[in-house]
Amino acid sequence: MARAVGSNVRRKDGDAKVTGAAKYIDDLTFPGMIYGATIRSTIPRGTIAARHISLPDGFVVADHQDIPGPNYVALIDPDQPCLAVDQIRHVAEPILLIGHADKHALIDVHKRVRIEERAATPNYDPEKSAICFKKIAIDKGQIDLGFRISDLVIDGEYRTGHQEQLYIETNGVIAVPGDGQMTVYGSLQCPYYVHKALVVLLKLPPDRVRVVQTETGGGFGGKEEYPSILACHAAILARKANRPVKMIYDRVEDLLATTKRHPSIVRHRTGLTRDGRITAMDIDVIMDGGAYATLSAVVLSRGVIHAAGPYRCDHVRIRGRAMMTHTPPNGAFRGFGAPQTQFAIEAHMDRIADQLGIDPVRLREINALRPGDTTATGQKLGKDASALPVLRDAVKRSKFAQKRKKWKGTNRGIGLSLFFHGSGFTGGGEVKLASKASLELTAHGAKILVASTEIGQGTRTMHAQIVADALGVPFDSIDVNEADTAFVPDSGPTVASRTCMIVGKLLERCALDMKKRLGKMTPAQYFKKHGSFTVTSQYEPPPGLLWDDNTYAGDAYGSYAWGCNVVELEVDPVTFEVTPLNVTAVAEIGKAIHPMMAIGQIEGGTAQGIGYALIEEVVMKDGRMANATLTNYIIPTPQDAAPMDIGIMESPYQHGPFGAKGVGEMPIDGPAPAVINALRNCGFDIRSIPATPERVMKAPRI
Amino acid sequence: MKLTVNGKLRNVKAHPMKRLLDVLREDCGLTGTKEGCGEGECGACTVLIDGVAVDSCIVPVAHAEGCRVITIEGATATKTGKALQNAFVVHGGAQCGICTPGMILAATPLEIGASLDEIKVALAGNLCRCTGYPAIFRSVESALKTPRRKSSRAGHL
Amino acid sequence: MSLVRPRSLNAALSLIASDPTLMPIAGCTDVYVGLHFGTMAQKRFIDLWRLKELHGISVEKDVVRIGALSTYTEIIESTIVQKRVPMLVAASREVGGAQIQNRGTLGGNVANASPAGDTLPVLAAANARIVLRSKNGTRTVAFDSYYTGYRKSVRQPDELITAIEIPRLDGTQWWRKVGTRRAQAISKIMIGAVRGRDVRIAFGSVAPTVVLARKTAAVLSAGGSVADAQAALRTEIAPIDDVRSTSEYRARVAANLLAQFWKETA
Repeated sequence: MARAVGSNVRRKDGDAKVTGAAKYIDDLTFPGMIYGATIRSTIPRGTIAARHISLPDGFVVADHQDIPGPNYVALIDPDQPCLAVDQIRHVAEPILLIGHADKHALIDVHKRVRIEERAATPNYDPEKSAICFKKIAIDKGQIDLGFRISDLVIDGEYRTGHQEQLYIETNGVIAVPGDGQMTVYGSLQCPYYVHKALVVLLKLPPDRVRVVQTETGGGFGGKEEYPSILACHAAILARKANRPVKMIYDRVEDLLATTKRHPSIVRHRTGLTRDGRITAMDIDVIMDGGAYATLSAVVLSRGVIHAAGPYRCDHVRIRGRAMMTHTPPNGAFRGFGAPQTQFAIEAHMDRIADQLGIDPVRLREINALRPGDTTATGQKLGKDASALPVLRDAVKRSKFAQKRKKWKGTNRGIGLSLFFHGSGFTGGGEVKLASKASLELTAHGAKILVASTEIGQGTRTMHAQIVADALGVPFDSIDVNEADTAFVPDSGPTVASRTCMIVGKLLERCALDMKKRLGKMTPAQYFKKHGSFTVTSQYEPPPGLLWDDNTYAGDAYGSYAWGCNVVELEVDPVTFEVTPLNVTAVAEIGKAIHPMMAIGQIEGGTAQGIGYALIEEVVMKDGRMANATLTNYIIPTPQDAAPMDIGIMESPYQHGPFGAKGVGEMPIDGPAPAVINALRNCGFDIRSIPATPERVMKAPRI
Repeated sequence: MKLTVNGKLRNVKAHPMKRLLDVLREDCGLTGTKEGCGEGECGACTVLIDGVAVDSCIVPVAHAEGCRVITIEGATATKTGKALQNAFVVHGGAQCGICTPGMILAATPLEIGASLDEIKVALAGNLCRCTGYPAIFRSVESALKTPRRKSSRAGHL
Repeated sequence: MSLVRPRSLNAALSLIASDPTLMPIAGCTDVYVGLHFGTMAQKRFIDLWRLKELHGISVEKDVVRIGALSTYTEIIESTIVQKRVPMLVAASREVGGAQIQNRGTLGGNVANASPAGDTLPVLAAANARIVLRSKNGTRTVAFDSYYTGYRKSVRQPDELITAIEIPRLDGTQWWRKVGTRRAQAISKIMIGAVRGRDVRIAFGSVAPTVVLARKTAAVLSAGGSVADAQAALRTEIAPIDDVRSTSEYRARVAANLLAQFWKETA
């Protein structure tokens, strides 16, 4: 029987998507359903003095007083109100919810509601902020010694801006109330995050709240935590109206009000010997969290852990802080802190190479982490550590040295970046999540029951491949249940590149347990004779994994994936427009369970990274996104698509299913610094992104 | 107002200014056509009116009166629709699927053997956030049997 | 919201004569954005889309006549325009994407009067004429005199644009749009130019209306240097900072585009 793992089996959700049969949240209706809209603050900071509502019959209004439980959206810190009471901390903060049976009646509804706001002076500068969501310190060796033994010290400051996830399907949910219960359907990544928030807010027992993920048109982190807010809103309105409530954001509202990538300021002070060996790394990381904590602590965590890049250094000091500003809260977006800090280290490395007169490839070769080396947190790397192999492969594929020589003095440049990405939750995070996966025997095979969501990346297919091979049955005999909290256990969120490595592993174990129990019978035979049974597996950390949350030291992740990007580009001397000519992306990911889908993750993440580097900019004016339409927040069109050359390498992780590590996020870590380094190569000194033509025009020349 | 949708004559009672997108999704119950932006920027709402691709979110239903409209649910009626649908599954053109109906319809007016440049022109008004586009090009090239030297595999530079 | 749907041009003209507050719509590529997001104040519309009299591209006595409802796709595919006004084809190819080109019209671009209208620098450089018709008759207005200010023109509320005429163009045509990306882009700056015995150069997105850079063209016609022409250009455009770009960028790139035009048409 053909093996499913490692082959490009037919996607389980493919046919429904190409025929228009797949049902996304806005495709669903419920009897008696009404529509909901949100009234939001228009100032970045202040108080609500009064609310004047003059609405005719047919409208339902809900405010914070309609919340049965505590008025916050449960996530990490209980600081974000579900609906504002009297404080405003950012533009577009939700204040009131309005419902009506006719969605057109809601278009102008904000004109009939007047919120009297009293403005206070906002702060948009994270460095001037008085509120720190989280501080992290990482220390390795003795930083002073590291500088004493260096021959020279190189400083640098690097900045990244907001980035919008720009899923083509906006956020949306439908809340369906019942007697002492609530069901919410929605476009979301983490049904159990939403479940937890609803349980707290509605003061309902867990088994009276149900969350069902509908087909989701992209997430990229933008639907990790944000849907909890929207679900809470719809649920409150549904309770008040006693009717199902559909709330779908239009694109403008989604852009204005939902989370974005954290902007960052990263400062490096690096000590090196004259021959290019790093002896000391002193790094300061500031993340702008926006008005509420949301996931800033975790974004900062991943950011600081990756801040030293894939390099060995005995003396490291990293300080990170996530600060509050009066802007809409920032949140999860693919990469989750690592794109920001790896942008900085990789841009810094090329400046170091220039100053030392060392080839940028050689500089990486000297300093790249090797198996047996320890990371900044003191984690000893196994033999699957692949920094050098990916570097060498990318350099060879792209003919880096040749082009560097050929294009000297022209308007073409070539630059590279070397990066890595830890899979799964940091440190003790997976233990805390205690994820579960279940497998149910069916008449013809088995059914997967996990809370992991399909959001385009191929979850259903990849999980089915793992189970099929572990169970020894055909791929087609494996079904995947909807991510519905009424039926699936809590497998943890669909984030952190963990869906294959962690949850896939749980499913592999379920399948092996099931296989044992089946003995010599096929699933069909067993089912006929004994009926169904369900196997459940719970996360167990790999042996020997040690992490200390207090000292932020130890094994930050079970495994790392490794990547190298080479970007070739051209700068138009008339318009300063940057055209990427080719992007080489080599990724070492343990095992490509579905090679085509893995390439899909690498190509997609790379494209998002190119956008982050060149054209994606959130223009903030007085704390509000000024370019909140798809006309003005731009992502590449097919005419802008950068040609890509993808290479996959496999260095198995012993605790991953079939050796797999994570792949979803890493591809977005590398493109931006590779672009900046290519621009550097053709003479532009740029240390922040996006490197728009306006900024390229004004960049100092080197 | 009478219009033919996917080969079937429909009599729609709607305000003439109602968006064709809403008429298709609500009055005709055809939810395969998606809304991504409401401003004609993303192409997720692409349908064919008399064989020509348009953004249905910015077309009044009055302009489709008496016309032949094709949505994704009727794509198999076009010359290349079925091949495109299968190719998008097999070659990775569809990940989350939200842009896919629009993408496929925008590609249906292309001729067999269309080059990568022609494909890019046809799809220029369709945004995808998941794939970065290479897999979409490969899917369309496969469906249209684009010769290798004119395809995305022709090699760069 | 209401929509009147006249069956003929004469019927349309009668309707707007009796009710000049009716807003004409055709391809709707701009109108519907405003309607959807609730920023369109207008609620009463007159539909021109099916008026056959407003379609068609023809040439007579060396004058190209483009019906106001010619779509960008029709313009791109017209052998007449390809041969005689290739810069209009070039500009049309860069409007939005295929879906927009299939619906957007030349008359709509003129009527919408955006400072960033993609065809307007072309029409200015081509010395086009706008044909206006009302119930009472027809008149033709030189493009240079058509706009009177930001989104204001000489068109009366009871007039419709029926056609755009482009005279025979002597010389090399040149066009370049600098957008925010390669398709579906609002321009940051555009240039349409003709270099023949006369030089005509027009810029878009650098002022409240399209700018025919007369002084700049005069410098070049008289044999002046590109540097002198760039200095003149600085006095003729007034670019601003906005969410898409900066005035500094627009000013500098305008000068670069001028130089590129002159060099490539030499």
